[in-house]
Amino acid sequence: MAAPPREPRTGRVAPTGGLRRRRPYGKALLYLALVAGAVPTLLPFVWLVRSALMEDAQMFTAPPEWIPRPFRWSNFGEALTAQPFGLYFVNTVIVAVISVLGTVITCSVAAFSFSRLRWRGRNVVFALLLSAVMLPYAVTLIPTFVMWQELGALDSFIPLTVPSWFAGAGGGVFNVFLLRQFFLTIPFELDEAAYMDGASPWRVFWTVVMPLSKPAIVVVTIFTFIGTWNDFLGPLLYLNDEEKYTLSLGLASFQSIYITQWGYLMAASAAVIAPIIALFFFLQRYFIEGVTLTGIKN
Amino acid sequence: MAGLSGQRRLERRWGWLMALPAVLGFLIFTAGPMVASLAFSLTDWQVGGSPSFVGLDNYTAMASDELFWTSLGATTYYTLGAVPLVLIVSFAVAMLLNQRVRGLSLWRTIFYLPTLVPSIANVVLWIWIFNPDFGLLNSLLRQAGLPSGQWIYDEATAIPSLIVMSTWGFGNTMVIFLAGLQGVPRHLYEAVSIDGGGAWRRFWHVTLPMMTPTIFYNLVVGVVGTFQVFNQAYVMTEGGPNNATLFYVYYLFRKAFRESEMGYASALAWVLFMIIVVITFLLFRNARRWVHYEMAGAR
Repeated sequence: MAAPPREPRTGRVAPTGGLRRRRPYGKALLYLALVAGAVPTLLPFVWLVRSALMEDAQMFTAPPEWIPRPFRWSNFGEALTAQPFGLYFVNTVIVAVISVLGTVITCSVAAFSFSRLRWRGRNVVFALLLSAVMLPYAVTLIPTFVMWQELGALDSFIPLTVPSWFAGAGGGVFNVFLLRQFFLTIPFELDEAAYMDGASPWRVFWTVVMPLSKPAIVVVTIFTFIGTWNDFLGPLLYLNDEEKYTLSLGLASFQSIYITQWGYLMAASAAVIAPIIALFFFLQRYFIEGVTLTGIKN
Repeated sequence: MAGLSGQRRLERRWGWLMALPAVLGFLIFTAGPMVASLAFSLTDWQVGGSPSFVGLDNYTAMASDELFWTSLGATTYYTLGAVPLVLIVSFAVAMLLNQRVRGLSLWRTIFYLPTLVPSIANVVLWIWIFNPDFGLLNSLLRQAGLPSGQWIYDEATAIPSLIVMSTWGFGNTMVIFLAGLQGVPRHLYEAVSIDGGGAWRRFWHVTLPMMTPTIFYNLVVGVVGTFQVFNQAYVMTEGGPNNATLFYVYYLFRKAFRESEMGYASALAWVLFMIIVVITFLLFRNARRWVHYEMAGAR
Protein backbone atom coordinates (compact mmCIF):
# COMPACT_ATOMS: atom_id res chain seq x y z
CA MET A 1 0.00 0.00 0.00
CA ALA A 2 1.59 3.22 1.15
CA ALA A 3 5.31 3.87 1.00
CA PRO A 4 7.20 2.20 3.82
CA PRO A 5 8.08 4.76 6.47
CA ARG A 6 11.79 4.07 6.30
CA GLU A 7 12.08 5.11 2.69
CA PRO A 8 14.38 8.08 2.24
CA ARG A 9 12.53 11.37 2.23
CA THR A 10 13.79 12.33 -1.23
CA GLY A 11 11.15 10.20 -2.86
CA ARG A 12 8.37 12.13 -1.23
CA VAL A 13 5.21 13.40 -2.75
CA ALA A 14 5.02 16.82 -4.35
CA PRO A 15 3.65 19.56 -2.12
CA THR A 16 -0.11 19.69 -2.21
CA GLY A 17 -0.45 23.40 -1.56
CA GLY A 18 0.02 26.06 -4.21
CA LEU A 19 3.44 26.83 -2.84
CA ARG A 20 5.48 26.59 -5.95
CA ARG A 21 4.12 29.69 -7.60
CA ARG A 22 4.11 32.02 -4.64
CA ARG A 23 6.93 30.43 -2.72
CA PRO A 24 8.18 33.13 -0.29
CA TYR A 25 4.68 34.14 0.78
CA GLY A 26 3.45 30.55 1.01
CA LYS A 27 6.50 29.31 2.90
CA ALA A 28 6.19 32.04 5.50
CA LEU A 29 2.54 31.19 5.96
CA LEU A 30 3.38 27.52 6.32
CA TYR A 31 5.93 28.10 9.07
CA LEU A 32 3.60 30.58 10.75
CA ALA A 33 0.91 27.88 10.86
CA LEU A 34 3.38 25.32 12.24
CA VAL A 35 4.52 27.68 14.98
CA ALA A 36 0.92 28.56 15.76
CA GLY A 37 0.29 24.85 16.24
CA ALA A 38 3.48 24.16 18.15
CA VAL A 39 2.99 26.86 20.80
CA PRO A 40 -0.19 25.45 22.36
CA THR A 41 1.26 21.95 21.99
CA LEU A 42 4.37 22.78 23.98
CA LEU A 43 2.86 25.27 26.43
CA PRO A 44 1.58 22.63 28.89
CA PHE A 45 5.11 21.15 29.05
CA VAL A 46 6.64 24.55 29.75
CA TRP A 47 3.98 25.17 32.38
CA LEU A 48 4.71 21.78 33.93
CA VAL A 49 8.44 22.35 34.15
CA ARG A 50 8.25 25.93 35.43
CA SER A 51 5.71 24.89 38.10
CA ALA A 52 7.87 21.95 39.12
CA LEU A 53 10.73 24.33 39.84
CA MET A 54 8.86 27.15 41.60
CA GLU A 55 8.07 28.04 45.14
CA ASP A 56 4.37 27.99 45.81
CA ALA A 57 4.23 31.72 46.45
CA GLN A 58 5.60 32.60 43.03
CA MET A 59 3.30 30.14 41.32
CA PHE A 60 0.21 32.02 42.36
CA THR A 61 1.21 35.48 41.18
CA ALA A 62 -0.93 37.27 38.62
CA PRO A 63 -0.03 37.77 35.85
CA PRO A 64 1.74 34.39 35.81
CA GLU A 65 5.54 34.35 35.87
CA TRP A 66 7.46 31.97 33.66
CA ILE A 67 10.96 31.97 35.09
CA PRO A 68 11.33 30.40 38.55
CA ARG A 69 13.10 32.71 41.04
CA PRO A 70 14.81 30.91 42.70
CA PHE A 71 14.90 27.52 40.97
CA ARG A 72 13.56 25.20 43.60
CA TRP A 73 15.15 21.89 42.62
CA SER A 74 14.29 20.43 46.01
CA ASN A 75 10.66 20.09 44.86
CA PHE A 76 11.80 16.99 43.03
CA GLY A 77 13.63 15.45 45.95
CA GLU A 78 10.85 16.22 48.39
CA ALA A 79 8.03 15.05 46.14
CA LEU A 80 9.77 11.84 45.20
CA THR A 81 10.48 10.94 48.81
CA ALA A 82 7.06 12.00 50.15
CA GLN A 83 5.85 8.77 48.59
CA PRO A 84 8.16 5.90 47.61
CA PHE A 85 8.33 6.75 43.91
CA GLY A 86 11.56 4.80 43.64
CA LEU A 87 9.70 1.68 44.66
CA TYR A 88 6.83 2.47 42.28
CA PHE A 89 9.39 2.86 39.54
CA VAL A 90 10.90 -0.55 40.27
CA ASN A 91 7.42 -2.14 40.40
CA THR A 92 6.48 -0.58 37.08
CA VAL A 93 9.69 -1.79 35.48
CA ILE A 94 9.11 -5.34 36.79
CA VAL A 95 5.56 -5.46 35.44
CA ALA A 96 6.61 -3.89 32.14
CA VAL A 97 9.57 -6.22 31.57
CA ILE A 98 7.63 -9.40 32.34
CA SER A 99 4.77 -8.23 30.09
CA VAL A 100 7.06 -7.30 27.23
CA LEU A 101 8.91 -10.63 27.40
CA GLY A 102 5.67 -12.60 27.46
CA THR A 103 4.10 -10.62 24.66
CA VAL A 104 7.11 -10.75 22.37
CA ILE A 105 7.77 -14.45 22.86
CA THR A 106 4.23 -15.84 22.71
CA CYS A 107 3.03 -13.43 20.03
CA SER A 108 5.92 -14.23 17.68
CA VAL A 109 5.48 -17.95 18.24
CA ALA A 110 1.79 -17.65 17.38
CA ALA A 111 2.48 -15.34 14.44
CA PHE A 112 4.94 -17.88 13.08
CA SER A 113 2.34 -20.62 13.28
CA PHE A 114 -0.29 -18.44 11.60
CA SER A 115 1.99 -17.30 8.80
CA ARG A 116 4.47 -20.04 7.99
CA LEU A 117 3.08 -23.39 9.12
CA ARG A 118 0.25 -25.08 7.24
CA TRP A 119 -2.46 -26.69 9.31
CA ARG A 120 -6.14 -27.17 8.82
CA GLY A 121 -8.38 -24.46 10.27
CA ARG A 122 -5.51 -22.06 10.61
CA ASN A 123 -7.18 -19.06 9.00
CA VAL A 124 -10.47 -19.59 10.80
CA VAL A 125 -8.70 -19.75 14.16
CA PHE A 126 -6.70 -16.65 13.32
CA ALA A 127 -9.78 -14.66 12.30
CA LEU A 128 -11.48 -15.71 15.52
CA LEU A 129 -8.55 -14.59 17.66
CA LEU A 130 -8.36 -11.30 15.83
CA SER A 131 -11.99 -10.52 16.63
CA ALA A 132 -10.83 -9.89 20.22
CA VAL A 133 -9.12 -6.70 19.10
CA MET A 134 -12.38 -4.82 18.65
CA LEU A 135 -13.84 -6.05 21.92
CA PRO A 136 -14.35 -3.30 24.53
CA TYR A 137 -12.18 -4.11 27.54
CA ALA A 138 -15.11 -3.41 29.87
CA VAL A 139 -16.90 -6.59 28.73
CA THR A 140 -14.24 -8.94 30.07
CA LEU A 141 -13.31 -6.77 33.06
CA ILE A 142 -15.66 -8.16 35.70
CA PRO A 143 -15.33 -11.92 35.00
CA THR A 144 -11.55 -11.57 34.71
CA PHE A 145 -11.48 -9.80 38.06
CA VAL A 146 -13.67 -12.47 39.63
CA MET A 147 -11.42 -15.17 38.19
CA TRP A 148 -8.28 -13.68 39.74
CA GLN A 149 -10.15 -13.19 42.98
CA GLU A 150 -11.14 -16.87 43.02
CA LEU A 151 -7.54 -17.84 42.30
CA GLY A 152 -6.37 -15.67 45.19
CA ALA A 153 -4.18 -13.59 42.89
CA LEU A 154 -5.48 -10.15 43.89
CA ASP A 155 -2.95 -7.65 45.18
CA SER A 156 -0.14 -9.20 43.18
CA PHE A 157 1.45 -8.62 39.79
CA ILE A 158 0.00 -11.89 38.47
CA PRO A 159 -3.19 -10.42 36.92
CA LEU A 160 -1.10 -7.66 35.33
CA THR A 161 1.54 -9.91 33.79
CA VAL A 162 0.23 -13.44 33.21
CA PRO A 163 -2.20 -12.54 30.39
CA SER A 164 0.71 -11.25 28.32
CA TRP A 165 2.17 -14.77 28.32
CA PHE A 166 -0.90 -15.91 26.41
CA ALA A 167 -0.05 -13.92 23.29
CA GLY A 168 -1.01 -10.65 24.91
CA ALA A 169 -4.58 -11.91 25.50
CA GLY A 170 -7.46 -9.72 24.41
CA GLY A 171 -6.34 -6.57 22.61
CA GLY A 172 -2.73 -7.78 22.64
CA VAL A 173 -3.65 -10.12 19.80
CA PHE A 174 -3.05 -7.14 17.58
CA ASN A 175 0.67 -7.85 18.05
CA VAL A 176 0.21 -11.32 16.58
CA PHE A 177 -1.36 -9.63 13.58
CA LEU A 178 1.51 -7.14 13.18
CA LEU A 179 4.19 -9.82 13.51
CA ARG A 180 2.33 -12.12 11.11
CA GLN A 181 2.18 -9.36 8.51
CA PHE A 182 5.92 -8.89 8.89
CA PHE A 183 6.72 -12.61 8.79
CA LEU A 184 4.80 -12.92 5.52
CA THR A 185 7.32 -10.59 3.84
CA ILE A 186 10.23 -12.97 4.56
CA PRO A 187 10.96 -15.32 1.59
CA PHE A 188 9.58 -18.81 2.16
CA GLU A 189 12.57 -20.33 0.34
CA LEU A 190 14.58 -19.78 3.52
CA ASP A 191 12.25 -22.07 5.47
CA GLU A 192 12.27 -24.70 2.76
CA ALA A 193 16.07 -24.74 2.64
CA ALA A 194 16.23 -25.17 6.41
CA TYR A 195 13.66 -27.99 6.34
CA MET A 196 15.75 -29.71 3.65
CA ASP A 197 18.61 -29.67 6.11
CA GLY A 198 16.34 -31.41 8.59
CA ALA A 199 15.50 -28.42 10.78
CA SER A 200 12.41 -28.50 13.00
CA PRO A 201 9.79 -25.73 12.74
CA TRP A 202 11.03 -24.35 16.07
CA ARG A 203 14.54 -24.10 14.67
CA VAL A 204 13.27 -22.34 11.57
CA PHE A 205 11.37 -19.92 13.77
CA TRP A 206 14.29 -19.23 16.06
CA THR A 207 17.22 -19.16 13.66
CA VAL A 208 15.64 -18.05 10.38
CA VAL A 209 12.55 -15.93 10.96
CA MET A 210 13.27 -14.21 14.27
CA PRO A 211 16.70 -12.80 13.36
CA LEU A 212 15.15 -11.24 10.25
CA SER A 213 12.27 -9.69 12.15
CA LYS A 214 14.05 -7.32 14.50
CA PRO A 215 12.24 -4.16 13.33
CA ALA A 216 8.81 -5.69 14.00
CA ILE A 217 9.96 -7.06 17.36
CA VAL A 218 11.27 -3.66 18.40
CA VAL A 219 7.93 -2.08 17.51
CA VAL A 220 5.99 -4.64 19.55
CA THR A 221 8.44 -4.21 22.44
CA ILE A 222 8.07 -0.44 22.50
CA PHE A 223 4.31 -0.37 22.32
CA THR A 224 3.83 -3.11 24.89
CA PHE A 225 6.26 -1.32 27.19
CA ILE A 226 4.44 2.01 26.83
CA GLY A 227 1.06 0.34 27.23
CA THR A 228 2.12 -1.33 30.48
CA TRP A 229 3.93 1.76 31.73
CA ASN A 230 0.84 3.92 31.24
CA ASP A 231 -1.78 1.39 32.31
CA PHE A 232 -3.94 2.74 35.08
CA LEU A 233 -7.11 0.67 35.29
CA GLY A 234 -5.24 -2.64 35.69
CA PRO A 235 -3.17 -1.58 38.71
CA LEU A 236 -6.17 0.29 40.12
CA LEU A 237 -8.24 -2.89 40.11
CA TYR A 238 -5.64 -5.39 41.21
CA LEU A 239 -3.20 -3.64 43.54
CA ASN A 240 -4.17 -2.56 47.06
CA ASP A 241 -0.94 -2.64 49.00
CA GLU A 242 0.96 0.64 48.51
CA GLU A 243 4.20 -1.33 48.40
CA LYS A 244 3.06 -2.79 45.08
CA TYR A 245 1.86 0.41 43.41
CA THR A 246 3.00 1.26 39.92
CA LEU A 247 3.93 4.81 38.91
CA SER A 248 0.51 5.62 37.46
CA LEU A 249 -1.27 4.42 40.56
CA GLY A 250 1.27 6.14 42.80
CA LEU A 251 0.83 9.43 40.99
CA ALA A 252 -2.97 9.20 41.20
CA SER A 253 -2.85 8.60 44.95
CA PHE A 254 -0.21 11.31 45.34
CA GLN A 255 -2.44 13.80 43.56
CA SER A 256 -5.38 13.05 45.83
CA ILE A 257 -3.22 13.63 48.93
CA TYR A 258 -1.15 16.62 47.83
CA ILE A 259 -3.95 18.29 45.92
CA THR A 260 -2.83 21.76 47.06
CA GLN A 261 0.90 21.28 46.66
CA TRP A 262 1.47 22.30 43.10
CA GLY A 263 5.23 22.21 43.13
CA TYR A 264 5.28 18.63 44.39
CA LEU A 265 2.59 17.49 42.02
CA MET A 266 4.25 19.00 39.00
CA ALA A 267 7.63 17.61 40.03
CA ALA A 268 6.16 14.12 40.49
CA SER A 269 4.34 14.31 37.15
CA ALA A 270 7.49 15.45 35.40
CA ALA A 271 9.38 12.53 36.93
CA VAL A 272 6.77 10.07 35.65
CA ILE A 273 6.79 11.59 32.16
CA ALA A 274 10.57 11.91 31.80
CA PRO A 275 11.51 8.21 31.32
CA ILE A 276 9.03 7.78 28.48
CA ILE A 277 10.19 10.92 26.72
CA ALA A 278 13.81 9.85 27.12
CA LEU A 279 12.93 6.47 25.63
CA PHE A 280 11.24 8.23 22.74
CA PHE A 281 14.31 10.26 21.89
CA PHE A 282 16.46 7.16 21.74
CA LEU A 283 14.02 5.11 19.69
CA GLN A 284 12.23 7.83 17.75
CA ARG A 285 12.44 6.14 14.40
CA TYR A 286 10.84 2.95 15.68
CA PHE A 287 8.05 4.85 17.41
CA ILE A 288 6.93 6.63 14.28
CA GLU A 289 7.39 3.45 12.27
CA GLY A 290 5.30 1.50 14.74
CA VAL A 291 2.42 3.95 14.75
CA THR A 292 2.56 4.07 10.99
CA LEU A 293 2.55 0.29 10.81
CA THR A 294 -0.56 0.05 12.96
CA GLY A 295 -2.36 2.51 10.71
CA ILE A 296 -1.35 1.19 7.34
CA LYS A 297 -1.63 -2.52 7.84
CA ASN A 298 -5.29 -2.39 8.81
CA MET B 1 5.90 -38.19 -1.45
CA ALA B 2 6.49 -39.74 1.93
CA GLY B 3 8.85 -36.88 2.72
CA LEU B 4 6.23 -34.29 1.85
CA SER B 5 3.55 -35.80 4.02
CA GLY B 6 6.12 -36.06 6.81
CA GLN B 7 6.76 -32.37 6.47
CA ARG B 8 3.01 -31.70 6.48
CA ARG B 9 2.60 -33.74 9.63
CA LEU B 10 5.45 -31.86 11.26
CA GLU B 11 3.93 -28.51 10.36
CA ARG B 12 0.52 -29.53 11.61
CA ARG B 13 1.84 -30.72 14.93
CA TRP B 14 4.04 -27.66 15.49
CA GLY B 15 1.37 -25.36 14.07
CA TRP B 16 -1.10 -26.32 16.76
CA LEU B 17 1.55 -26.30 19.46
CA MET B 18 2.79 -22.84 18.60
CA ALA B 19 -0.69 -21.40 18.27
CA LEU B 20 -1.63 -22.87 21.63
CA PRO B 21 -0.74 -19.91 23.91
CA ALA B 22 -2.74 -17.57 21.72
CA VAL B 23 -5.71 -19.94 21.54
CA LEU B 24 -5.66 -20.54 25.30
CA GLY B 25 -5.36 -16.79 25.85
CA PHE B 26 -8.41 -16.25 23.68
CA LEU B 27 -10.41 -18.87 25.57
CA ILE B 28 -9.32 -17.80 29.06
CA PHE B 29 -9.18 -14.03 28.70
CA THR B 30 -11.68 -13.25 25.93
CA ALA B 31 -14.25 -15.92 25.07
CA GLY B 32 -14.63 -17.29 28.59
CA PRO B 33 -15.06 -13.89 30.28
CA MET B 34 -17.49 -12.79 27.55
CA VAL B 35 -19.76 -15.76 28.16
CA ALA B 36 -19.34 -15.37 31.92
CA SER B 37 -20.18 -11.70 31.63
CA LEU B 38 -23.38 -12.53 29.79
CA ALA B 39 -24.26 -15.09 32.46
CA PHE B 40 -23.51 -12.62 35.29
CA SER B 41 -25.70 -10.04 33.62
CA LEU B 42 -28.71 -12.29 34.15
CA THR B 43 -28.19 -12.44 37.90
CA ASP B 44 -28.55 -10.29 40.95
CA TRP B 45 -25.11 -10.55 42.47
CA GLN B 46 -23.57 -8.54 45.27
CA VAL B 47 -19.93 -9.25 46.01
CA GLY B 48 -19.65 -11.72 48.85
CA GLY B 49 -23.15 -13.10 48.28
CA SER B 50 -24.14 -15.74 45.79
CA PRO B 51 -25.68 -14.85 42.45
CA SER B 52 -29.38 -15.45 41.94
CA PHE B 53 -30.95 -15.70 38.49
CA VAL B 54 -33.17 -12.75 37.63
CA GLY B 55 -33.55 -13.13 33.86
CA LEU B 56 -33.53 -9.85 32.00
CA ASP B 57 -34.30 -7.73 35.08
CA ASN B 58 -30.97 -5.93 34.95
CA TYR B 59 -31.60 -4.90 31.37
CA THR B 60 -35.10 -3.66 32.03
CA ALA B 61 -33.88 -1.84 35.14
CA MET B 62 -31.45 0.04 32.94
CA ALA B 63 -34.28 1.64 30.99
CA SER B 64 -35.46 3.43 34.11
CA ASP B 65 -31.97 4.06 35.53
CA GLU B 66 -31.49 7.79 35.12
CA LEU B 67 -27.73 7.56 35.63
CA PHE B 68 -27.44 5.01 32.83
CA TRP B 69 -28.95 7.50 30.40
CA THR B 70 -26.88 10.32 31.85
CA SER B 71 -23.70 8.31 31.33
CA LEU B 72 -24.70 7.31 27.81
CA GLY B 73 -25.45 10.93 26.98
CA ALA B 74 -22.19 12.23 28.46
CA THR B 75 -20.14 9.61 26.63
CA THR B 76 -21.88 10.27 23.31
CA TYR B 77 -21.43 14.02 23.72
CA TYR B 78 -17.74 13.53 24.48
CA THR B 79 -17.21 11.15 21.55
CA LEU B 80 -19.07 13.38 19.08
CA GLY B 81 -16.89 16.30 20.12
CA ALA B 82 -13.50 14.70 20.62
CA VAL B 83 -13.30 12.38 17.61
CA PRO B 84 -14.05 14.91 14.82
CA LEU B 85 -11.90 17.55 16.50
CA VAL B 86 -8.91 15.23 16.80
CA LEU B 87 -9.39 14.07 13.19
CA ILE B 88 -9.54 17.61 11.83
CA VAL B 89 -6.61 18.93 13.86
CA SER B 90 -4.37 15.94 13.13
CA PHE B 91 -5.27 15.96 9.43
CA ALA B 92 -4.52 19.68 9.18
CA VAL B 93 -1.15 19.33 10.91
CA ALA B 94 -0.29 16.28 8.79
CA MET B 95 -1.07 18.34 5.67
CA LEU B 96 1.31 21.05 6.88
CA LEU B 97 4.05 18.52 7.59
CA ASN B 98 3.56 16.94 4.17
CA GLN B 99 4.78 20.15 2.51
CA ARG B 100 8.47 20.58 1.97
CA VAL B 101 9.23 21.55 5.54
CA ARG B 102 12.67 22.06 6.97
CA GLY B 103 13.30 19.98 10.08
CA LEU B 104 10.40 17.59 9.50
CA SER B 105 11.49 15.23 12.26
CA LEU B 106 11.72 18.09 14.76
CA TRP B 107 8.19 19.28 13.98
CA ARG B 108 6.90 15.75 14.04
CA THR B 109 8.51 15.23 17.44
CA ILE B 110 6.95 18.42 18.81
CA PHE B 111 3.47 17.44 17.75
CA TYR B 112 3.97 13.83 18.87
CA LEU B 113 5.31 14.67 22.34
CA PRO B 114 1.96 15.05 24.17
CA THR B 115 0.96 11.55 23.05
CA LEU B 116 3.82 10.16 25.13
CA VAL B 117 2.63 11.65 28.40
CA PRO B 118 1.28 8.80 30.55
CA SER B 119 -2.47 9.13 30.87
CA ILE B 120 -2.41 9.79 34.61
CA ALA B 121 0.35 12.40 34.40
CA ASN B 122 -1.67 13.99 31.61
CA VAL B 123 -4.74 14.11 33.81
CA VAL B 124 -2.83 15.59 36.76
CA LEU B 125 -1.29 18.23 34.50
CA TRP B 126 -4.66 19.26 33.07
CA ILE B 127 -6.29 19.49 36.47
CA TRP B 128 -3.91 22.37 37.06
CA ILE B 129 -4.31 23.85 33.62
CA PHE B 130 -8.06 23.99 34.26
CA ASN B 131 -7.77 25.27 37.83
CA PRO B 132 -10.11 28.30 37.94
CA ASP B 133 -7.94 30.35 40.33
CA PHE B 134 -4.34 29.76 39.29
CA GLY B 135 -4.50 27.52 36.23
CA LEU B 136 -2.69 28.20 32.99
CA LEU B 137 -5.86 28.67 30.98
CA ASN B 138 -7.47 31.30 33.19
CA SER B 139 -4.14 33.07 33.76
CA LEU B 140 -3.70 33.50 30.03
CA LEU B 141 -7.30 34.56 29.51
CA ARG B 142 -7.10 37.16 32.27
CA GLN B 143 -3.86 38.50 30.87
CA ALA B 144 -5.55 38.88 27.49
CA GLY B 145 -8.46 40.65 29.16
CA LEU B 146 -10.88 37.86 28.31
CA PRO B 147 -13.45 36.35 30.67
CA SER B 148 -12.20 33.28 32.54
CA GLY B 149 -14.17 30.08 33.07
CA GLN B 150 -14.73 27.31 35.59
CA TRP B 151 -13.85 24.62 33.02
CA ILE B 152 -14.13 21.11 34.46
CA TYR B 153 -15.79 22.53 37.58
CA ASP B 154 -18.86 23.78 35.73
CA GLU B 155 -21.57 21.44 34.52
CA ALA B 156 -21.91 23.22 31.19
CA THR B 157 -18.21 23.43 30.31
CA ALA B 158 -16.91 20.17 31.85
CA ILE B 159 -17.23 18.02 28.73
CA PRO B 160 -16.10 20.71 26.26
CA SER B 161 -13.03 21.16 28.49
CA LEU B 162 -12.25 17.44 28.37
CA ILE B 163 -12.73 17.52 24.59
CA VAL B 164 -10.14 20.29 24.30
CA MET B 165 -7.83 18.27 26.53
CA SER B 166 -8.23 15.17 24.33
CA THR B 167 -7.11 17.18 21.32
CA TRP B 168 -3.70 17.63 22.91
CA GLY B 169 -2.92 13.95 22.25
CA PHE B 170 -3.47 13.93 18.50
CA GLY B 171 0.05 12.64 17.71
CA ASN B 172 -0.75 9.02 16.83
CA THR B 173 -3.57 10.01 14.51
CA MET B 174 -1.34 12.62 12.89
CA VAL B 175 1.49 10.17 12.22
CA ILE B 176 -0.93 7.75 10.55
CA PHE B 177 -2.35 10.56 8.40
CA LEU B 178 1.16 11.67 7.49
CA ALA B 179 2.09 8.16 6.35
CA GLY B 180 -1.11 8.06 4.30
CA LEU B 181 -0.40 11.42 2.70
CA GLN B 182 3.10 10.33 1.74
CA GLY B 183 1.61 7.31 0.01
CA VAL B 184 -0.59 9.33 -2.35
CA PRO B 185 0.90 8.77 -5.82
CA ARG B 186 2.57 11.87 -7.19
CA HIS B 187 1.28 11.37 -10.73
CA LEU B 188 -2.28 12.03 -9.59
CA TYR B 189 -1.29 15.50 -8.44
CA GLU B 190 0.53 16.10 -11.68
CA ALA B 191 -2.54 15.07 -13.65
CA VAL B 192 -4.62 17.70 -11.87
CA SER B 193 -1.92 20.33 -12.38
CA ILE B 194 -1.75 19.58 -16.11
CA ASP B 195 -5.50 20.10 -16.29
CA GLY B 196 -4.94 23.52 -14.77
CA GLY B 197 -6.22 22.63 -11.31
CA GLY B 198 -4.97 24.61 -8.33
CA ALA B 199 -4.24 23.68 -4.75
CA TRP B 200 -7.89 23.43 -3.79
CA ARG B 201 -8.71 21.03 -6.64
CA ARG B 202 -5.69 18.91 -5.87
CA PHE B 203 -6.88 18.65 -2.28
CA TRP B 204 -10.52 18.01 -3.16
CA HIS B 205 -10.02 15.62 -6.07
CA VAL B 206 -6.84 13.78 -5.10
CA THR B 207 -5.79 14.14 -1.46
CA LEU B 208 -9.18 13.75 0.15
CA PRO B 209 -10.44 10.75 -1.90
CA MET B 210 -7.08 8.98 -1.62
CA MET B 211 -7.05 9.55 2.13
CA THR B 212 -10.53 8.18 2.82
CA PRO B 213 -9.30 4.70 3.89
CA THR B 214 -6.92 6.33 6.39
CA ILE B 215 -9.61 8.71 7.61
CA PHE B 216 -11.97 5.77 8.01
CA TYR B 217 -9.41 3.77 10.00
CA ASN B 218 -8.72 6.69 12.33
CA LEU B 219 -12.45 7.32 12.68
CA VAL B 220 -13.25 3.75 13.74
CA VAL B 221 -10.29 3.46 16.11
CA GLY B 222 -11.09 6.91 17.51
CA VAL B 223 -14.77 6.24 18.13
CA VAL B 224 -14.22 2.83 19.75
CA GLY B 225 -11.41 4.17 21.96
CA THR B 226 -13.10 7.41 22.93
CA PHE B 227 -16.33 5.68 23.85
CA GLN B 228 -14.42 3.82 26.57
CA VAL B 229 -12.96 6.93 28.22
CA PHE B 230 -12.31 6.33 31.91
CA ASN B 231 -9.25 7.98 33.49
CA GLN B 232 -10.44 11.58 33.12
CA ALA B 233 -13.66 10.80 34.96
CA TYR B 234 -11.93 8.75 37.64
CA VAL B 235 -9.11 11.13 38.54
CA MET B 236 -10.22 14.59 37.38
CA THR B 237 -13.92 14.92 37.93
CA GLU B 238 -15.19 11.79 39.67
CA GLY B 239 -18.06 11.96 37.23
CA GLY B 240 -19.04 15.44 38.35
CA PRO B 241 -20.01 18.19 38.54
CA ASN B 242 -23.56 16.91 38.99
CA ASN B 243 -22.77 13.80 36.89
CA ALA B 244 -21.92 15.91 33.84
CA THR B 245 -18.88 13.71 33.15
CA LEU B 246 -20.28 10.41 34.35
CA PHE B 247 -18.75 8.48 31.46
CA TYR B 248 -20.12 5.04 30.69
CA VAL B 249 -17.11 2.92 31.70
CA TYR B 250 -16.65 5.02 34.84
CA TYR B 251 -20.29 4.39 35.78
CA LEU B 252 -19.79 0.69 35.10
CA PHE B 253 -16.64 0.68 37.24
CA ARG B 254 -18.48 2.40 40.08
CA LYS B 255 -21.36 -0.07 39.93
CA ALA B 256 -19.04 -3.07 39.89
CA PHE B 257 -16.24 -2.11 42.24
CA ARG B 258 -17.70 0.58 44.49
CA GLU B 259 -21.33 -0.50 44.85
CA SER B 260 -20.41 -4.15 44.16
CA GLU B 261 -23.42 -4.73 41.92
CA MET B 262 -21.66 -7.23 39.71
CA GLY B 263 -24.81 -8.42 37.94
CA TYR B 264 -25.99 -4.98 36.96
CA ALA B 265 -22.48 -3.88 35.97
CA SER B 266 -22.14 -6.96 33.72
CA ALA B 267 -25.38 -5.99 32.00
CA LEU B 268 -23.94 -2.51 31.51
CA ALA B 269 -20.84 -4.10 29.97
CA TRP B 270 -22.90 -6.14 27.53
CA VAL B 271 -24.96 -3.14 26.51
CA LEU B 272 -21.69 -1.28 25.89
CA PHE B 273 -20.53 -4.18 23.76
CA MET B 274 -23.73 -4.10 21.73
CA ILE B 275 -23.50 -0.33 21.32
CA ILE B 276 -19.95 -0.60 20.00
CA VAL B 277 -20.89 -3.44 17.66
CA VAL B 278 -23.78 -1.38 16.27
CA ILE B 279 -21.66 1.77 15.88
CA THR B 280 -18.90 -0.17 14.12
CA PHE B 281 -21.44 -1.88 11.87
CA LEU B 282 -23.03 1.46 10.93
CA LEU B 283 -19.64 3.03 10.27
CA PHE B 284 -18.65 0.17 7.98
CA ARG B 285 -21.95 0.19 6.13
CA ASN B 286 -21.78 3.93 5.67
CA ALA B 287 -18.14 3.62 4.57
CA ARG B 288 -19.14 2.07 1.24
CA ARG B 289 -20.47 5.43 0.24
CA TRP B 290 -17.34 7.46 0.80
CA VAL B 291 -14.26 5.27 1.26
CA HIS B 292 -12.28 4.58 -1.91
CA TYR B 293 -10.98 1.10 -1.22
CA GLU B 294 -10.38 0.08 -4.83
CA MET B 295 -8.01 2.99 -5.30
CA ALA B 296 -6.19 2.16 -2.11
CA GLY B 297 -5.72 -1.38 -3.35
CA ALA B 298 -4.26 -0.14 -6.61
CA ARG B 299 -1.50 1.81 -4.93
